[in-house]
Amino acid sequence: MAKYRVLIVEDSPTMRQLLVFALRRLRDVEIVEAQDGMDGLRKISSDHYDIALIDINMPVMDGLKLIRLIRDEESLKQIPIVVVTTEGADEDRERALALGANEYLTKPIQANRVLTVVKDLLKDND
Amino acid sequence: MSSHDPKFLARAEELLGIFRKGAEFSRELLRENERLRAKLAAVQDRQETAARSPETWEKLRVELLARIATLEAEYTSVRERLDQVERENNQFAQRYIEIEEENNNLANLYVASYQLHSTLDPDEVLKSIVEIAINLIGAEVFGVYLLNEETGELRAVACEGADLESFPRIQLGQGMLGKAVAAHEATCWDVPQRGGDLSQPVVCVPLAVHDRPVGAIVVHGLLQQKSGFTPLDHELFNMLGRHAATAIFAARLYSHSARKLNTIQGFIDLLTK
Repeated sequence: MAKYRVLIVEDSPTMRQLLVFALRRLRDVEIVEAQDGMDGLRKISSDHYDIALIDINMPVMDGLKLIRLIRDEESLKQIPIVVVTTEGADEDRERALALGANEYLTKPIQANRVLTVVKDLLKDND
Repeated sequence: MSSHDPKFLARAEELLGIFRKGAEFSRELLRENERLRAKLAAVQDRQETAARSPETWEKLRVELLARIATLEAEYTSVRERLDQVERENNQFAQRYIEIEEENNNLANLYVASYQLHSTLDPDEVLKSIVEIAINLIGAEVFGVYLLNEETGELRAVACEGADLESFPRIQLGQGMLGKAVAAHEATCWDVPQRGGDLSQPVVCVPLAVHDRPVGAIVVHGLLQQKSGFTPLDHELFNMLGRHAATAIFAARLYSHSARKLNTIQGFIDLLTK
């Protein structure tokens, strides 16, 4: 059984594959993918995850709504959340962080940066 | 409590024991003091002997100077080795960063290529191109153009950041975009900008299969956080120019052949029924 379980909630298959590539370099990690906010909510509610990487602009349910729902749920509110988005404006960043996101990364992503952020959050949560 | 009281006797014994230990400790200190005094006297005696004899003194001085010279040489050698190790360490660290960057770039190129060739559906291929432009290049306003080989006109068939109809049509070989597409090489104009002025492209990536133009990706604006193009972006432009074109070409060919196959199958069914 893997030490860490990571959930990627992202509608773009290209982006999901890129994130999986970056996160695979973490040892002992199991990566689960969700293709929109609703799929993400279903998966995060039904299993244990150590961290979630969430996009903002997604069909069915956007990332901000998903973050709000996670933070409102007692059993999920401790899960660290990293936002990975194209939205680079300060107000978007502030909104996501105010809702409870732990980190905010903008696209195009740097695999190293993603890895560092995820490692730090997993370490903090250990 | 009388002097015959067992408790009193025990207490007296205990005190005596403490005094005895104290006396023993004092004797030990005296012995140690004597030993050190003898040692000091011996050292003083040696120094005095050396001072009285210039030859012994000179010999000692030469020995000490030789020892100092050896130690200095060793120190210099160790210092040089340390500097060398530090230099090597810095080189390895630099190399590690370069390899890491190279690894990331290859991952991006692999993912882009994988997504482009993972389908034979023309719409899916266009969707992949759009995703690559947004997520890997950081384009905010752009159009994906396809060439009508009969008329030589390029028309936007997929886009982001503006209405499809608002993207200008391009005549192959004419105007800045038409010439850029005909040149078969990615062209960048000026400093990357934001806002997406459709009359002012930032970059044009011609899509071509064996120098046969298929279309182009024309970027008019970049994401706010994207301040310029990196070497990886240029690699992606080159990769997209070839792989996106091949993917579009293959998908179109496949859908044409699938349609033809259906028509032929229909005829055969009609004839054989």
